[in-house]
Amino acid sequence: MEQVGQRKIDGLWLTVVGIAVLFFLILPTLIVIPMSFSGASFLEFPPTSFSFRWYAAYFTSPEWMSATKTSLIAAVMTTAIATPLGSLCAYGLHCSAPRIRNIAQIFVIMPIVVPVILIAVGVFSLYAKLGLNYTLTGIVIAHTALALPFVIVTVMSGLQNYDFDQELAARSLGASRAYALWTITVPQVKFSIQTGAFLAFITSLDEVVISMLVSGGDNATITRRMFNSLRDQLDPTIAAISTCLIFVSISALVIISIFNRNQKNKDQL
Amino acid sequence: MSISEANAGAKKFNTASTLKAEDRRERLTFLGLSMPAVLAILIVVFLPIFWLSSLSFYNAAGELSTENYARIFESALYRRTFVVTFQISIAVTVICILLGYPLCYLLTKVKDRTAAILMIFVLVPFWTSVLVRTYAWLVLLQRNGIINSSLMSLGIIEEPLQLAHNLTGSIIGMVHIMLPFLILPLYATMRNIDTDLVRAAVGLGSSPRGAFWRVFFPMSLPGLFAGIVLVFILSLGFFVTPALLGGGRVQMLAQRIESTITIYSNWGAASALGVVLLLLALVMIWLMNRVFGLDKLFMR
Repeated sequence: MEQVGQRKIDGLWLTVVGIAVLFFLILPTLIVIPMSFSGASFLEFPPTSFSFRWYAAYFTSPEWMSATKTSLIAAVMTTAIATPLGSLCAYGLHCSAPRIRNIAQIFVIMPIVVPVILIAVGVFSLYAKLGLNYTLTGIVIAHTALALPFVIVTVMSGLQNYDFDQELAARSLGASRAYALWTITVPQVKFSIQTGAFLAFITSLDEVVISMLVSGGDNATITRRMFNSLRDQLDPTIAAISTCLIFVSISALVIISIFNRNQKNKDQL
Repeated sequence: MSISEANAGAKKFNTASTLKAEDRRERLTFLGLSMPAVLAILIVVFLPIFWLSSLSFYNAAGELSTENYARIFESALYRRTFVVTFQISIAVTVICILLGYPLCYLLTKVKDRTAAILMIFVLVPFWTSVLVRTYAWLVLLQRNGIINSSLMSLGIIEEPLQLAHNLTGSIIGMVHIMLPFLILPLYATMRNIDTDLVRAAVGLGSSPRGAFWRVFFPMSLPGLFAGIVLVFILSLGFFVTPALLGGGRVQMLAQRIESTITIYSNWGAASALGVVLLLLALVMIWLMNRVFGLDKLFMR
């Protein structure tokens, strides 16, 4: 009897702490959304009046718009390069000898685990020699390397669940290697490739530290401008920009989970 | 094609040596497919870091020396930076364990569907820009922010607390950023624990608490350890949140490296700091690989 009481108390504690942690995680993430619709000229929470003035300030500012354009172009180009390169790399590693694969796997996730400040400083000094600082090309090259591990990891885990004999069967029936890859394998790991592409896009869009050093001038990214602005003051325009960024991240997350569900339904059939 | 030609063709493909050569060529082709990505990572990540490391062995006059490393140990400023970096990283890691473990355990107790819904609370912040979340904390923690004003209206405090632009603010913000990195590997491990074992322990006379500590907890350790290492590595080199929420009063290693270059243009000193940070990170990665296996990242 005593034990049952103890168990109930333990369970209650667990629930209270767990829910508190969930709120700690989600509330600060979403709090900028109501703030962005505030009518006051300074940051307040809860907002006392409603307006779109900060969105107007964002969408009519040539600096913010140019930074947004740079960030979006960089993110799209990073996705367009990192997705095929990463998928090919995953396919190549999947088919190569286990010994090579193990070493290569550790190598390709280095961009995630090496402190990004070191990559940023290193790339900054390399670009200084090549004249790539403050160029879109420079941003895209650096972001591509940063996004590749995400594509490689997702596509490789997709390939692990794929029956490779299907490709061999296609080839034994006369398909060329490339044709079998394109028509048999790619459609079946499509979901992983799409997920990898979204991860690459978000990685580039949200990247701060490398952009802070390497981008600038006409090619400053939105994160660089936000970072510099936040160092000086708390501009409510940033609440509006943040809300847009949250919207992009959540959309990507929703699309990925819909893919995931469709995939699971298909697996069950 | 005549029959003899076809036979000759078949023979050509069937000899062991040609098959072997074919096999080798095939493997090389596969490796070749990986090369563009490997090359990109090599050029952006490895090459600059090697070059940076070599810089750390030259002094201001351009001569080979270990001056830069000696200074790290002699200068009180650099020593302070290392102490602060470790203090913050350890504090953040410990708080993440205290908050993350109960949450993950709760997630294993509820129905799968509920757990999936609750995981959204973890994944949304995880996918939201670090900059956005740091901004939110700047607003929440400021002098007249919601936390100070509600504490004051509740009568708990008289004066607003100094929460942002100091160590407290940096730690709160960093815990918020790092927590999902602890939760994700830990929850993945906990979910695979066979809860029948815990039930069996209770059935055999153990108390529920005893069963938790002696059966469930040890089995969750690999995931917990992976999370700890991940949080600790990321904290050691973290830049954005302490730079903004620390308000210049908190100088972690990454900020010291950045300011040494952008303000003082002292590449030798900055790269020596960078090499030390890199070595710390590599030791952590090695540890993580030994205990958890980095290749687990590649499984679903």
